[in-house]
Amino acid sequence: MAQQSNNQTTGHVWDDDLQEFTNPLPRWWLWAFYLTIIFSVVYWLMYPAWPLGSSYTKGVNGVNSITYVATTKDGQQVEKTTHWNTRAELMKETNAAAGVQKQWLDQVAATAYGDIAKNPDLMQFVNSAGKTLFADNCAACHQVGGAGHEAGNPQTNQVGFFAPNLADDYWQWGGTYDEISATITGGRTGFMPAKGLAGALTDEQITNVANYVLSLSGEPHDADKAKLGDEIFHNPAEGGCLTCHSADGKGVPSMGGLNLTDKVWQWVDVPGQADAAAKVDVLRAAIIGGFNHVEAMPKWGTRLKPEQIKLLTVYVHDSLGGGK
Amino acid sequence: MGQAQENQTEEHLYQKRIPIFVRSVRGKFRNFKTGVLLLAYIVYFALPWVPWQRASAADQAVLFDLVSRKFFIFNLVVYPQDIIWLAMLLFIAATFLFFVTGLIGRAWCGFFCFQTLWTDMFMFIEHMVQGERPARMRLYKQPWNMEKIFKLGLSHLLMIAVAFWTGFTFAAYYTYAPELLHDLFTGQANQAAYVTVVVLTATTYVAGALAREQICTFICPYARFQGVMYEPDTLVISYDQRRGEGQSGRALPKPGLKTREERQAQGHGDCIDCGFCVQVCPVGIDIRNGLQYQCISCALCIDACDNIMDSVGYPRGLIRYDSERNLESANPHPPRLAWRRLKVLGYAVALSAMIGLLIYNIGTRTDTEVRIEQVRQPLYVKLETGAVRDRYQVHIVNKTEQEVTYQLTVRGIPENALDLGAVTELRVRPGKALKFNVKIDLPPELARDTHEFEFVVTPQIEGAEPIARKASFVGE
Ligand code: SF4
Ligand code: SF4
Repeated sequence: MAQQSNNQTTGHVWDDDLQEFTNPLPRWWLWAFYLTIIFSVVYWLMYPAWPLGSSYTKGVNGVNSITYVATTKDGQQVEKTTHWNTRAELMKETNAAAGVQKQWLDQVAATAYGDIAKNPDLMQFVNSAGKTLFADNCAACHQVGGAGHEAGNPQTNQVGFFAPNLADDYWQWGGTYDEISATITGGRTGFMPAKGLAGALTDEQITNVANYVLSLSGEPHDADKAKLGDEIFHNPAEGGCLTCHSADGKGVPSMGGLNLTDKVWQWVDVPGQADAAAKVDVLRAAIIGGFNHVEAMPKWGTRLKPEQIKLLTVYVHDSLGGGK
Repeated sequence: MGQAQENQTEEHLYQKRIPIFVRSVRGKFRNFKTGVLLLAYIVYFALPWVPWQRASAADQAVLFDLVSRKFFIFNLVVYPQDIIWLAMLLFIAATFLFFVTGLIGRAWCGFFCFQTLWTDMFMFIEHMVQGERPARMRLYKQPWNMEKIFKLGLSHLLMIAVAFWTGFTFAAYYTYAPELLHDLFTGQANQAAYVTVVVLTATTYVAGALAREQICTFICPYARFQGVMYEPDTLVISYDQRRGEGQSGRALPKPGLKTREERQAQGHGDCIDCGFCVQVCPVGIDIRNGLQYQCISCALCIDACDNIMDSVGYPRGLIRYDSERNLESANPHPPRLAWRRLKVLGYAVALSAMIGLLIYNIGTRTDTEVRIEQVRQPLYVKLETGAVRDRYQVHIVNKTEQEVTYQLTVRGIPENALDLGAVTELRVRPGKALKFNVKIDLPPELARDTHEFEFVVTPQIEGAEPIARKASFVGE
């Protein structure tokens, strides 16, 4: 019987004693190699393979086709069938993922606001889906975590763009589910007239009002000037501030009037100022300049679907802020 | 001869498989191999049929549930988070292989590898149907007639049957075995099950019945890299050249060359050139040519030669486990395991450390996994009252097989600082995880002074220990 290895060499000798064993491969390896070549030819024919200038060979029709659902520019859902390509495959996988997400979205849509927040499983979905939705649409102004964007520098009358902090418990336009939903759907435009409602406050009056505003939240201030400012604040013919900020200074959410009595300073950075004089200065700058900027909160009602707005509302209310 | 071979070089690049007709042999290594084979087969084929009461999956003792991403091994449930165990297991397997190979060569190949086990089983079938080596060789050479068709057909049919059951059993580890068996034959099993069974049946049949030693010689990477782990002190299966050949080489036991004394007087060694060691070799090599890369260390040639030595009354061990160093030394000692070597001891240390770690890790696994992550955007916010709020994401994994309700509290800060929002009950389904947000509100002075506190998660089940996790608080 022949042996697997007879320790024979190729018979060739290099450098006096260097020889090479013959350990032949099994013949079927060669056939396996030819088979891979045949396979590759079949593969070229069946699947996209060769570049042809600006196009490429598409493979055998029907063998490798992928069907997926795409959304056209005008929102139509159309079914498309094409030859195999990675983009179509991605679309198909996206369709499948959207199907899974839809079950949850439907559940959110069908559940009352208060009940969503009570259900930890639903909230888990809201947290993850809401985070993406928020990052895609809201984070440009409100930042990824909802910290908002503080105003610029009121002293140089550079108020900058202002996006309220959504992570704290103060809500400029109201913090109930319905109010938040209305804010997202319809957008909001903040406005504060320069130099009081009539626009005619004198320099001295402005200083007095600034001191009164500081007194509302217990910041250091000049009590006498604050007393004078109190009157100007409440007199519709002079300051008229109470129209939006309400008589007690707590603000009218429907007008977007900020609460001046709490510790949250979103627009004017009062706590950040070193001394009482500086605090008065930043407030004066705000009263002199007013707030009349075009960067308003846009209407999302036309861009997002109702269930997406509902999801965002719950996300903002419960995951970020802790609304009212 | 040199001339002739050079001319043949081209042809020698490939060759048809040379059939091997293995002679059966008795001996201690054959018994050991048979024992390993039996044990491995019993464990492999019976395990999927062992029942085990389970709450959240099929009642099967060993079940790798890919759909729910859980591995059930008797009482142990392995979750995707425990992937590190798999990494440890692979490390242990690799180190163990290095350790053993450095000591006694390719013991894995010869006794434990499934290629060896299944090939052995298929050779046993051939032996049973077609008879011993001479009968099989005769059958191979004779023209196709009824006897040849019947015997070859029957043995391949049996091999295919074993291959099929092997493939089926593999699939049975991934689904409830009785159901799979039923579904498979009634056409109701899923596509993956059919693909698995068909592919494994085919590969088992091809590897065990057709390719056999070619898998070890040409395909298996372990065969190649175990070779490099051999050292001069490694015990390898070797033919004692000095003793076997003497000065004048091996010789048949012709009259006048029967006793050792007669042979030694004429300079002949103990090898009587019966060829038994070659006939029993499953890879078809001649161990007397020295250590060869094809040798899988099955030790059957030792059994073969020992039997011959016994029958002619010479001492055993002409072929034996011995080290290269000992075989070459001028005054050899009896073969012994040379384990007092840095490499061997190093592998032993690494191996025991990793096994210890794995056992510790599995032994101290918990039913609840808790992770706390602070929300960092923004790190904190000031509230209307001047209080400071930090937010955290809490992640609870329920690794039990029932639904569990958890209680979340805080330690180191006032109880009422914890705000769970509207959520009143934290309930997690078996084997699932829950991620949720909580808020911690602290009044200004406390917020300034608080830098660290603890979340405490208490599973609402009897005897469950509360689990505390440190968290930091950022006040300004
Ligand atoms: S040479 Fe001996 S140990 Fe090696 S494979 Fe052959 S029979 Fe087994
Ligand atoms: S079995 Fe032993 S005696 Fe027989 S040929 Fe092999 S080495 Fe020599």
